[in-house]
Amino acid sequence: MKRVITADVQDHSGVLNRITGMLHKRQFNIESISVGKSERVGISKMTFVVNVSDDQKLEQLTKQLNKQIDVLKVKDITDHAMVARELALIKVVGSGQTRAEIQGVITPFRASLIDVSRDSLTVQVTGKPDKVEALISLLRPYGIKELARTGVTAFLRGQQPQEVTDLNTHLA
Amino acid sequence: MSVKVEHQLEQVEEKVTGADVLIQALVAAGVDTVFGYPGGAVLPIYDALYQNDTPFNHVLTRHEQGGVHAAEGYARVTGKPGVVLATSGPGATNLVTGITDAMMDSLPLVVFTGQVATNVIGTDAFQESDVMGITTPITKYNYQVRDLKELPRVVSEAFHIASTGRPGPVVVDIPKDISQTVTTRKDETTSCHLPGYQPNTKPNPLQIVKLADALSRSRKPLILSGAGVVFSGAADLLRQFAERNQLPVANTLHGLGSFPGTHDLSLQMAGMHGNYTANMAIYECDLLINIGARFDDRLTGNLKHFAPNAKVAHIDIDPAEIGKNVETEIPIVADAAEALRALLEKDITTLEHDAWIDTLEQNKRDYPLWYDHAEECISPQWLIKEIYRESDGKAIVTTDVGQHQMWAAQFYKFDQPKRWVTSGGLGTMGFGFPAAVGAQIGAPDELVVSVVGDGGFQMSSQELSVIKERQLPVKVIIVNNQSLGMVRQWQEKFFDERYSESIFSENPDFVKLAECYGIRGMRVEQEAELPGALAEAFHHDGPVVVDCRVVQMECVYPMIAPGKGIHEMIGVTK
Repeated sequence: MKRVITADVQDHSGVLNRITGMLHKRQFNIESISVGKSERVGISKMTFVVNVSDDQKLEQLTKQLNKQIDVLKVKDITDHAMVARELALIKVVGSGQTRAEIQGVITPFRASLIDVSRDSLTVQVTGKPDKVEALISLLRPYGIKELARTGVTAFLRGQQPQEVTDLNTHLA
Repeated sequence: MSVKVEHQLEQVEEKVTGADVLIQALVAAGVDTVFGYPGGAVLPIYDALYQNDTPFNHVLTRHEQGGVHAAEGYARVTGKPGVVLATSGPGATNLVTGITDAMMDSLPLVVFTGQVATNVIGTDAFQESDVMGITTPITKYNYQVRDLKELPRVVSEAFHIASTGRPGPVVVDIPKDISQTVTTRKDETTSCHLPGYQPNTKPNPLQIVKLADALSRSRKPLILSGAGVVFSGAADLLRQFAERNQLPVANTLHGLGSFPGTHDLSLQMAGMHGNYTANMAIYECDLLINIGARFDDRLTGNLKHFAPNAKVAHIDIDPAEIGKNVETEIPIVADAAEALRALLEKDITTLEHDAWIDTLEQNKRDYPLWYDHAEECISPQWLIKEIYRESDGKAIVTTDVGQHQMWAAQFYKFDQPKRWVTSGGLGTMGFGFPAAVGAQIGAPDELVVSVVGDGGFQMSSQELSVIKERQLPVKVIIVNNQSLGMVRQWQEKFFDERYSESIFSENPDFVKLAECYGIRGMRVEQEAELPGALAEAFHHDGPVVVDCRVVQMECVYPMIAPGKGIHEMIGVTK
């Protein structure tokens, strides 16, 4: 099952290495990790998307993360209302008339063109991973020259509904 | 002119180097012994040790690995962090086995490694190794000091992290230029600020109630006690708790001594080479209270058959250990002593469970540990029993890993904690002898007996130099079967007796080896000679090496074969 886990960590050098090393050593299956500064000075926020086989594995994952001395707080936000977004940059083969066509493809995704050259253009898209995925598959026939994705970053919504929702509604 | 010179001298006197700051920090941390080995990157530190009339002991081992195992032995018997100092590169990499060993067995160590100067870190400089990269997965935490200002804080945090919560090794990597930097700063108060590290020692009262409740409904209760009981100094509390509620106690390998081995309620060691009564008690109990053990696979055997009928309660200071291997109904994150204190405050009325105790008593009588006396040479199990008898059960015993270790665990009955020093989790050959060096330094008035195999002893016998130099009265008993006994046993059982590279065709003359270091050496080949030899060795006023020739083909029984359940022991006889 796919889980979204966030961790507040001390902004020390080597922290990412520590955490990925632990995950590797204990054979956790990581889909993506994203890291960046948080609202507090000296504290970074990490978002992990992980695939775990069962609740026991999940519990171990959060406990092992918590055990890291640089980790301040671990939250499994999967079963809560959250905002989860990913950024992708997609360099597509395109010139002349395909350019207009591609423009037409990306508009409904609220993606934008951020670079254009003689024979290629670069699309920037943000959103839930499924949306990014959908756009990539639509662009693939044009020929993708280069692709870079950030991995998901997420946190809880400001307001939590009473009912627990399904992970797929967030990531879809 | 003279005025000017005086002024300069005054200034020089006020200045200290990073190395001096380190020494001040070690003194502030209450360090009394450092095990170490000099080299290029730590020359400034060694120079500071030379110049300062250092108020702690430096023990020069003959190999860095000897130093770190000695520090482990010291930590095990004193309960204080063992301190190690080694140089960069090869000095640091030689520590890797010992650091990993300490990590696996939760021993508090603070390891200082030298590092090349900050301006050449990352250039593959002479004697550079990526100590942070190498030690991250094998330490509780590690630091590289990049600014002298950080050093006092880092040292105090390192000792705090190593010795609190679940103990473990902490590495502090100090670049050479940091220890050479001259500063005018003197003693400064330092405080630990580790918001991400707040070990929980007090048990949740509701969980204690749950456990008390489960205990009051149990007809076949059992305590499994591990090293956590020893670390938290909870042995007395455990005994009170077990006696008050008439609870039988099995222990793990590292739990030896956490509950008196000669006590009526003691079932002694469980696990792969544990005894029948302890293992069957785990198989049959309806409530298993694990205090301070981590359900290691050498204890549990096949998890499918581990305590299949039991409700499991697990008291551990490390939350990540609870539920890691065995599903736990009653998790209690706490220090063992705190949890036992809370349990002792509860008024628990246990169900009548005499039948259970009687069954266990009967099993103890019917299925004791057994061995046959050899005709020609010495039975290794008897050798351990003789060591037990001759030392009156009061020795500190250190071992390597293997057959001799299991025999020592089976046949030496520990009534006190902190007397059993062995490499459990990592199973490190070469551990036992240097660990005895550290144990003897930590407990100078105790009888320290290092029971080692002929294989493991040869991995670290260079430390004979240290026991000679310091006149440490360590008694080294070599259980000499001219082979790698446990490897040979596994080859016999699971590889159709194909003894691939496990039998030594040549061994050194261990008596001469001891003598060439200036140490008393003795050889014992027959059982009749043994009692006299041990008495002589134990009463000798200095170190002794006793080479005991034991039966080569002896196996350790009982045994749970890999993949088998705890109830499927082989080598049990009535």
